[in-house]
Amino acid sequence: MAGGIPRGPVAATNIKSRRGIEEPALIRRVLIGIVVGFVGVFLLLPLANVFAQAFAKGWSAYVQALQQPDTRSAVLLTLLVSAICVPLNLVFGVVAAWAVAKFQFRGKALLITLIDLPFSVSPVVSGLIYVVMFGAQGFLGPWLDSKDIQIIFAVPGIVLATLFVTFPFVARELIPLMEAQGRDAEQAALTLGATGWQTFRHVTLPSVKWGLLYGVILCNARAMGEFGAVSVVSGHISGVTETLPLRIEKLHQEYQSVAAFSAASLLAILALITLGLKTWLERRQATEQALGQSDSPSSHEH
Amino acid sequence: MSIELRQVSKRFGSVSAVEDVSLTVADGELVALLGPSGGGKTTVLRMIAGLEVPTSGDLLVRGERVNDVPVQKRNIGFVFQSYALFKTMSVFDNIAFGLKIRKTPPAEIQTRVDELLKLFGLDGLGRRLPHQLSGGQRQRVAIARALAPRPSVLLLDEPFGAVDAKIRQELREWLVRLHRELHVTTIFVTHDQEEAMEVSNRIVIFSRGRLEQIGTPREVYEQPKNEFVARFIGVLNVLELTILNGAARLHELSFPAHGLPEGQTLRIGFRPYAVQISRNLQEHPYLAVIRHVYFLGVQLRLELETPSGLILRTRIVKDEFLRQGLEQGSSVSFQIREYRVLSTGANSLSPEVATVHSAATFAEGI
Amino acid sequence: MGLQRNNVLPGFGMTMGYSIVYLSLVVLIPLAGLLIRVSAMSWADFLRVAFSDRALAAYRLTFGASFLAASINAVLGTLMAWVLTRYRFPGRKFIDALVDFPFALPTAVAGLTLANLFSQTGWLGQFLVPLGIRLAYTTGGIVMALTFVSLPFVVRTLQPVLEEFEVELEEAAATLGAGRWCTFRRVVFPALLPALMTGFALAFARAVGEYGSVIFISTNKPYVSEITPQVIMGWLDQFEYANAMAVAVVMLSASFAILITINLLERWASRFQR
Repeated sequence: MAGGIPRGPVAATNIKSRRGIEEPALIRRVLIGIVVGFVGVFLLLPLANVFAQAFAKGWSAYVQALQQPDTRSAVLLTLLVSAICVPLNLVFGVVAAWAVAKFQFRGKALLITLIDLPFSVSPVVSGLIYVVMFGAQGFLGPWLDSKDIQIIFAVPGIVLATLFVTFPFVARELIPLMEAQGRDAEQAALTLGATGWQTFRHVTLPSVKWGLLYGVILCNARAMGEFGAVSVVSGHISGVTETLPLRIEKLHQEYQSVAAFSAASLLAILALITLGLKTWLERRQATEQALGQSDSPSSHEH
Repeated sequence: MSIELRQVSKRFGSVSAVEDVSLTVADGELVALLGPSGGGKTTVLRMIAGLEVPTSGDLLVRGERVNDVPVQKRNIGFVFQSYALFKTMSVFDNIAFGLKIRKTPPAEIQTRVDELLKLFGLDGLGRRLPHQLSGGQRQRVAIARALAPRPSVLLLDEPFGAVDAKIRQELREWLVRLHRELHVTTIFVTHDQEEAMEVSNRIVIFSRGRLEQIGTPREVYEQPKNEFVARFIGVLNVLELTILNGAARLHELSFPAHGLPEGQTLRIGFRPYAVQISRNLQEHPYLAVIRHVYFLGVQLRLELETPSGLILRTRIVKDEFLRQGLEQGSSVSFQIREYRVLSTGANSLSPEVATVHSAATFAEGI
Repeated sequence: MGLQRNNVLPGFGMTMGYSIVYLSLVVLIPLAGLLIRVSAMSWADFLRVAFSDRALAAYRLTFGASFLAASINAVLGTLMAWVLTRYRFPGRKFIDALVDFPFALPTAVAGLTLANLFSQTGWLGQFLVPLGIRLAYTTGGIVMALTFVSLPFVVRTLQPVLEEFEVELEEAAATLGAGRWCTFRRVVFPALLPALMTGFALAFARAVGEYGSVIFISTNKPYVSEITPQVIMGWLDQFEYANAMAVAVVMLSASFAILITINLLERWASRFQR
């Protein structure tokens, strides 16, 4: 599918011993060296740099930076937005996956493409469409104004924009997974007398739990880290509509390097946790597949 | 091209796939490497090709040691079980691949590939892609590709494994014809003993990494070296006898004791054709009922059951069956004309396996 | 699949309904809103803004830098996918997991740290700047940031294809006399090409839309170092909504064009499967 969520590392079970046809050892080492070097310089160094700069003036400066009231508000706002968007998109993802995977209907491909849409839209444009909709000069602008409802340049706008950019994550994980699992198990449950809801809770949900978790983790990472879309709708009001990424930008603009990097370090830690969970989940899924306890999208034929 | 293996072994980690195998293949021979799955035959084939490197032992081609010669330089043709056609290339380009590598002039490539397309019945398919071909066609492309650079030996890994049984028969005959026409030394791996028997000049039998026997089809059938070969090639009836009162017995059957002490066990084997039956219940010493008749065309396969519950397999020509007025459920008398001793005692492999003993008129009085 | 009884399971109406409503509210209606507003503009105005000099300069920079970044990733990504799939070495799993890092890291953090790293006082910048290699606050920096954020796309698209690649094809080529490089060039690479192009397109799409990291590493001067999203932002800040929307529509069109290309590529890629 387009706009993909890159799938992480897969267990290297098919590295066979190909004694007869391998590259000479020297070439192998050079290539490995290049890759390791590149990854080290390009990926690890920037990561380490975040922490290095955050602690450039010592531990107390770091803590102080994090305790700045505006930074604290930013953290809270980021958490709040995530706490709203992730569950909403989670529910949607599950519901949409059920509709797509368990039924046959025309226009399925179209629906899936539409779900994928936010992936292909640039973040700034994602924010812009809400400004067009709810901004002062937007479609609903005057009406909202009359009701004294603030969406743009306020938290609701941030929530909406984040909702848009994180929209597909859970659905994209679940749809191929549930499609691969087919409908047999659910139909069997029905024959045994289960209601739709019971079937879903006891049959479907357990079999997609890892995919679900995976989607949630990615959704959360994006929700907390989104910059462009939120930047457009938020108005950058410190302490009110600044999420953590925006806060970092503000601090950077004010040349508060240590503070900026300290705030950045929180997001870097989030990234590491996301990576770790992602890897752990993939390994979990791989083990379960190997033991035949669950299915991979490629292990099924229709 | 004579190929020689001298005490070749191959280990993968702690697993020994091939142990101490020595054999020679003469120029122009068509040899089958036969054995059950995991027996090591594919590994031996791949070592000859250079796709695996022996852990120990020597691999010689025309007297020269080639263990360290890379696969690219060995000038062999290899046909994989899955055909391994290059999916993004046309049939023509697939077959031409080896020639292009050798920088053959385009005109020559054209001639050679056309020649092969014709020979293999692939006329007009030159522009097609592999996924547009049938299984049989793909296989022929694979063989044509391997033969295009005129290799000195052709190696095939279970070439007929993925094909329908009927087509398999045709392909076997085709392979024999091809070999006769091209005179390329050919070695192929199979687990189907009928195939090996039908197609090859000589059969090399592997089991669990070891070489059990090498011989012509007739040799391995009529003179198996040990119980494994005897059981693997053709059908074998096996009986486990115990020495009692001076004779080797199992229920009502008795055989010579072969000088073994009381209580010793003796395993014998005999082919279906060694069992003679007759409608006349007095003619032979033992009685049985025809439990089942399998109709195979000209021959019939019979399952006999003795009163004590032993099941023996035998064959009879249809005409003879009808002439004697036999049918399923008929009672017959039978005798075992000849047999081989497979082993005495618990585990020993007797050298007497190749020796055939005539069953005596041992039934009376013992 | 053919004759299976459809829709025996309950909940179709409800789930479809919810999905469509949610989808409409969050995605479709707002997007439509933009298109409606833009269609209120006259063609002349639209073209004037959408292809103004400032916009054109931004397009050149955005698409040019993205193309460069995607190309770099195509080469490096192929190399990385090869090494990670084919070779075993200590730390392989760690590096494999690390490839997803740009995907997990918020773009603002990426931009911030890269700009710092390559600036004159940064860890790497202190060595590189004297050598004349300026990767912060230059176009080169933009390319680098875009390479960073789109890195995983090529690698992850190629890895499954490489993993499932029949080794026997390479062995067959070897038996026919081809050396390793020759085998790679003639046998492996053509089979990878569709996936590589898909990965390239994905990386390109990602880079074109990127905003956060570039803001930190670019000087963002109009006509000089301004990427397209920044043009939109700039006009929004000045409440020039119409202009912003016009450029946004151009971006959307480009995104959809890439999206369609990717879909076509994926269909082409499966052409060679049995």
